[in-house]
Formats: sequence, structure tokens, C-alpha cells
Amino acid sequence: MGFIWFWLVAAMLVAYVVLDGFDIGVGILHLFLARNQQERQLTLRTIGPVWDGNEVWLIAGGGTLYFAFPLLYASAFSGFYLALMIVLWLLIMRGVAIELRMQIAMGVWKSFFDGLFFFSSSLLAILYGAALANVVRGVPLQPDGYFFLPLWTNWRVGPHPGILDWYTVIGGVVALVALGVHGALYIAVKTEGDLQLRARKAAGVLWIALFLLTVISLPATAIARADTLAKYREHPLTYAVPITVLLSLLGIIYFNRKMADRNAFVCSCIYLTMMLVGAAVGLYPRLLPATTGSEYDITVYSAISGPHTLHVGLIWWSFGMLLAIGYFALVYRMFRGKVSVESGGYEH
Amino acid sequence: MDALLLHRIHFGFTITFHYLFPQLTMGLALLIVALKTVALRSGNELYNEAARFWAKIFAINFLLGVVTGIPMEFQFGTNWSQFARTTGGVIGQPLAMEGVFSFFLESASLGLFLFGEKRLSRWGHWASAFMVFVGSWISGFFIIVTNAWMQHPVAYKVLPNGVYEVTSFWGLLTNPWALLQYAHNMSGAVITGAFVMSSVGAFYVLENLFPEHGKIFLRVGVVAGAISCVTQIFPTGDLQGRYMAKHQPAAVAAMEGLFTSQKGAPIILMGQPDEEKRTIDNPLAVNNVLSFLIYGTTRAEVEGLDKFPRDQWPSPLPLLFYAYHIMAGLGTYFVGVMLIAVFLLWRGKLFQARWVLWALMLSFPLPYIANTAGWMTAEIGRQPWVVYGLIRVSEGYSKYVSAGNGLFTLLGFMGMYAVLSILFIVLLYRIISQGPAIHITSAPKGSPMIMA
Repeated sequence: MGFIWFWLVAAMLVAYVVLDGFDIGVGILHLFLARNQQERQLTLRTIGPVWDGNEVWLIAGGGTLYFAFPLLYASAFSGFYLALMIVLWLLIMRGVAIELRMQIAMGVWKSFFDGLFFFSSSLLAILYGAALANVVRGVPLQPDGYFFLPLWTNWRVGPHPGILDWYTVIGGVVALVALGVHGALYIAVKTEGDLQLRARKAAGVLWIALFLLTVISLPATAIARADTLAKYREHPLTYAVPITVLLSLLGIIYFNRKMADRNAFVCSCIYLTMMLVGAAVGLYPRLLPATTGSEYDITVYSAISGPHTLHVGLIWWSFGMLLAIGYFALVYRMFRGKVSVESGGYEH
Repeated sequence: MDALLLHRIHFGFTITFHYLFPQLTMGLALLIVALKTVALRSGNELYNEAARFWAKIFAINFLLGVVTGIPMEFQFGTNWSQFARTTGGVIGQPLAMEGVFSFFLESASLGLFLFGEKRLSRWGHWASAFMVFVGSWISGFFIIVTNAWMQHPVAYKVLPNGVYEVTSFWGLLTNPWALLQYAHNMSGAVITGAFVMSSVGAFYVLENLFPEHGKIFLRVGVVAGAISCVTQIFPTGDLQGRYMAKHQPAAVAAMEGLFTSQKGAPIILMGQPDEEKRTIDNPLAVNNVLSFLIYGTTRAEVEGLDKFPRDQWPSPLPLLFYAYHIMAGLGTYFVGVMLIAVFLLWRGKLFQARWVLWALMLSFPLPYIANTAGWMTAEIGRQPWVVYGLIRVSEGYSKYVSAGNGLFTLLGFMGMYAVLSILFIVLLYRIISQGPAIHITSAPKGSPMIMA
């Protein structure tokens, strides 16, 4: 049961990162790619009908994590208190920026919301990356299963790190660039003309940074958390994951050069998925490793809910996911194709 | 500063602000379906325009409901970690189900409803509005199930490691407390929707601005309002009160300000409770009524607070007393004003009865106050327990999150919500002054709606 639910929760979080990832990526880049009000409006239209549904994966994933692994939920959420609260504030800002921009016709307000959209999206990406890096690095868990991390201490990864240290900052920058590439490719898929050309070009330039950062993150992880890699030596089959990461990364630039935007975007989805799967493989069966000694690790076994909860949960969860996938298929089909300036009113 | 109190205020403040939005969207969703249904059956385009107008207001409220709602789910873990850890196996379940069954449906159908009117058939668009309604009401159900388990825990057992587990999934979902509370709560949401719609309608008629649309708002709002205001008291409020008296007698005693147990207990309509002297100052009381309301006979004995140890009294007690009385008082007013309005509507005189229109126009804040007061009654009445009779709030909060950190984020939320409130009011003012008659395709250039 623990194994199943670990991967189900992981799958929901992957869905969140891949789907809301392009919304965030659009936010990171739209100030630079879209040169005037009309283009900015157009870039927002690419995510307008879908961003809210994409964000539901975070809520549903969080709820599923809560009931499947209550100890992890309680410990991690209270331990990363300040960072999580900042994430919440950024999510509020982002939602408001996307939706209210269109409500007020004044240029000053539009620019303000554009700036807010950029700010919140960028910082969200950095914090998500840092969060994942925190989980990989481990936290100073106490015997009662709790911990509390300040935002930063001395920026080192020792036994009492902050939420931000050199390693987690690298994680944040990887996420920022990765979601930037993801968003650029999405814009290229959904738009035409100059905007599309610029998005394509931006993806190509950012790709170089992403490639270097991905390469750097491997030895960095080895330094910050040596035993994460032990798993891979134990089960050589798992090397398929880093290999897929590399292949998808190469795929992005290959298709980007060939102007096959859709394929490049698919590669980017695979890249994000495999980066997360890679972290999950390294962690399992740990959910949150301790820097204070492995006996304090929160694992799948120590955090799992009671058996009845999980059995019943499996039934409604599967049913609910089928419905959710159905809704997504419907909405994405409905709003498929390129966005255009002409469609007015509610049509966007 | 006391960390426990701070975490309570943190949750209380954020949930109170949050619930200002869902109570309107849940109520409005039903009324929009009503508008769309009339439009579909009669072919009257005015009703479609009315639905579009309310869709705009719905969309902004929905957005604020979403962005202020995410912090609620997170706060179980951030501020109430010990509670989350021990009961996650039970209440994590309805919370996860809300995301899986409601939010996906809601976001998808709202996208289709707001953006898809031209792409969908008339029936298809009606169906999208209907699914928005279903999604939002499912969402309400799962939240009530969660809260009801904290109010009245059922279908659980405690595992050896001290963690709670569900023994019966259906038992959890059909908790009698949840069913009663759901009926009462959803009726309350319809009241908010009905009053807001009537208020805007009354404004348009009084100002002679879009009067034809205003009359539609009044018709739908007043009919829905009259029905929901009555069901709010009878049967839903009455049943919930009796059930509560049976299962949370200390809470009921505190709500009613009954310090000493007595036969033929009076109902106190107004007064100021003094916890130390155990009296009500300046009481305005009617003898025997409380006994009658709870037990159906004026001679029945009602348990007072003297039956319960002091450390099981809800706190803050005076706030509970006031919250309950504000809710009940406003609820009575609602029935009065809506019944008069619906009577005049039936006689065809409502649109000329300026004093009733004034009352309807000015009353829109009151259901928000009543719904908030109702929830405060439920939640303060539950004190000092986070799970009634099982876990105290003092055992539930995050011990590792200091009062200083808690205050930091509380102030952050307060600042952010103050800004959101101002934006919200400005936008609503704009939408209401623009009015429903503007056809969507002729919206001023550069300001198209992009709402999800």
C-alpha cells in the first residue's frame, strides 16, 4: 500500500509541475517575450482557460498526501512553515494578476498586474525547486517527527541548514530555468508570428543554461546528500531515469531547432517528469530524510495511514482520477489550437 | 503572546475571509442555473444577459474563493500539525475528495461556462452552468463532512500509534451532523446569493438603471430568498439546534447564556454574559421558550453551564453568545423582509414598493454577517476541542511554529486580504455600474474578459 500511494501522490505532483509548470513558465517569460499590450494579452490567453484547473492538481495532490501520509504532511508543512506561507501568498498574487489584469482597462494597472504575474511566477518556480532540493537534502527531524527550518541560516548544508542554502538555491535556479523553457515552448505551440519566433528563440537560449544546470545538479546532489545516489547503484535498472532525462533534454533542443514546437514541448514534459521521478526513486522508501540521523527519517512505513482508509481511498481515487482526466481532455480539446487576437468577449 | 491563541486567530481570520466568497458562489451558482433555465425555456434573451452579468460577478468571487481557499487546506499542516497528524487518515479523506471530485469538475465546467458560450450549444451552455453548480455544492459537502467529524466524530477507531482511522467510509460521509449542517449551510449560501441578487435588482429599479434586468434579479432573488430564509429556520436550523443540544449540551448552554440548569428554561433574546458572576446583564428573556424549542415541552429541564467543568466551557464564551444571537436575530429579519417582498411580488406591487426595495438594497451585507456568525457559533461552540470530546485545541496546534512566526504570517495575510478587499470592491462597483445590458461582443476594445 505504501508503495502504491507513494507513486500515486508522486504522479499527482508530477501532473501539477508539468501542467501548472507551463503557466508559471509563461509568467516568467511574458514580460520579455511579449513586447506590447496586445501580445501580453495573447500570452495570457494561452493559459486563461486552463491555469485554474492545472492548479487543482496541487490542491488535490496536497489533500491526497494529507490522508495517505498524515505524518509527512504535518511534519513537512509545519517545518517549512515560512516558505509555504510565502508560496501561498505568491499563489494568491499570481491568480489575482492573471484574472484581474483583464478587468481593468487602464495601462498602469495592466502593467502592474504584468509585473506581479512575473514576480509571483518566478519566485514560485524558485521556491518549488528549493522545496524539492530540501526534501532531497533532508531536514533536522527531531525524535517526535517534527522540525522547524528558518528561511536561511549560514547557507551551508550541514545538520542545521536553512530552507535556503547553496544546494537548494541551485535547485531553485534549475526550476526557474526549466519552467522558463517549458513556458517558452508552450507559448511557441500556442501562438504564431513574431511572438512564436521569439518564444522559440528564448527556449533555445535558456536550454543552454538548463543543460549546464542539469549537469551541475548531479555532483551537487552527490555532495549535499551522498546516499541519494546509492539507490541507483543498488538497482542499475533505475539508471534509465537519468538517461531519459538526458535524452529528453537533447530532444528539446533537437525539435526546437527543427521548429517542431509540439514535440519539443512533449520532451520538456518528459524532462520535468523524469527529474521528479529521479528524485522520487532516490528517496523511496524515505519521504523526508533527516539530517540528524537516519533513524529519524520519515518513511513510507512510518507515515502511512491506516489500511481501511487506504483501501477505500484507492477506489474513489481511481474513479475520481478517471473523471479528472476526462474533464482535462474535454477542456484542452475545446481550447486547442493557436490563440488569436480577434476573439473578443468571453472568448479568449 | 500565547501560541495557541495565535494559531486559532490565524485559522479563524483566514477562514472567515475565505468564506465570504464561497457562500456567494454556491448560492449564486444555483440562481444562475435558474436564470439559464428560464432563458432556455422561454427564449427570453434578457435572462441570458442576466446570467452573463452574474457570471462576471461569480467569476471574481470564484477567483477570490480559490486563492483564499488554498491556504485553508495548507493550514491543517502548517499551523495544526499535531491535529493533522493524528486525524489525517479520517479528515484528510474528505479534503482530498473535495479536490478530486469537486475542484476538477468546477474548474473545467467554469472554463466552459465562461469562455464557451459561443462554442457550445444552448443546452451545452446550460449544462456547463449546471455542472458549476454541482461542483460547488459537492465542494461544500466535503468541507461540511470534514467539519462535522470535528464537531461530532463518528465511524473511527484509534490505532495503537495514537492515529485515528476510519472504520466505515459511508459512516463518515453520512454522519447525521454533516447532513443537518450541510442542509443548514447550503440554505444559508442561497440566502446570501438571493439577497445579493435582490439588492442589485433593487438598486437598478430604484435608480432606473437597467430596470428590466433589475426586475428579473428581483423576481429570482426574492423567490429564492423567501424559500431559503424559511428553510434556514425550519426545518434545518431547528433540527440542527436540537441535534446540537443532544450532542454538544455545553455549547448550547453557552450559546443561550444559560448558566444554571433549570426546568422551563427561558430564552434570552438580548443581554451581556458575565462569565465570572455567571449572570446575564440586562437580560431580555422569555420564560419557558428554550425548554419548548429543544424538547417540545415548556417543563423540560435544560442543562446549564453549571453541569460542566469550567475547563470544558467554550471560549471565548461571550463571543459565542453574541455570534449565535446575531445569527438568529438576522435570520428572523430575513424571513420577515423576504416574505413581505415575495407577497408583494405575487400581488404585482413589489417594483413600486420603494420602501421594500430600499430594505432589500441595503440588506446585502447582512447574510454575510449571519453566515459568518453561524460559523462562529459552530466553531467556538466546539471549543475547547478541536475534535469534540477527543482532542483539545491545545493538543492540536504546531508546537514548532513559534508565536512570532505565526504572528508574522497572520499580519501578512491581513495585509494581503486588505488589498484584495479593496480590489474586489472596486471591481464589483465597476461591474454593477456597467450593468448587464452591454452586449459582450461590443465590450470596449482592450478590456475583454479573461476569466477562468
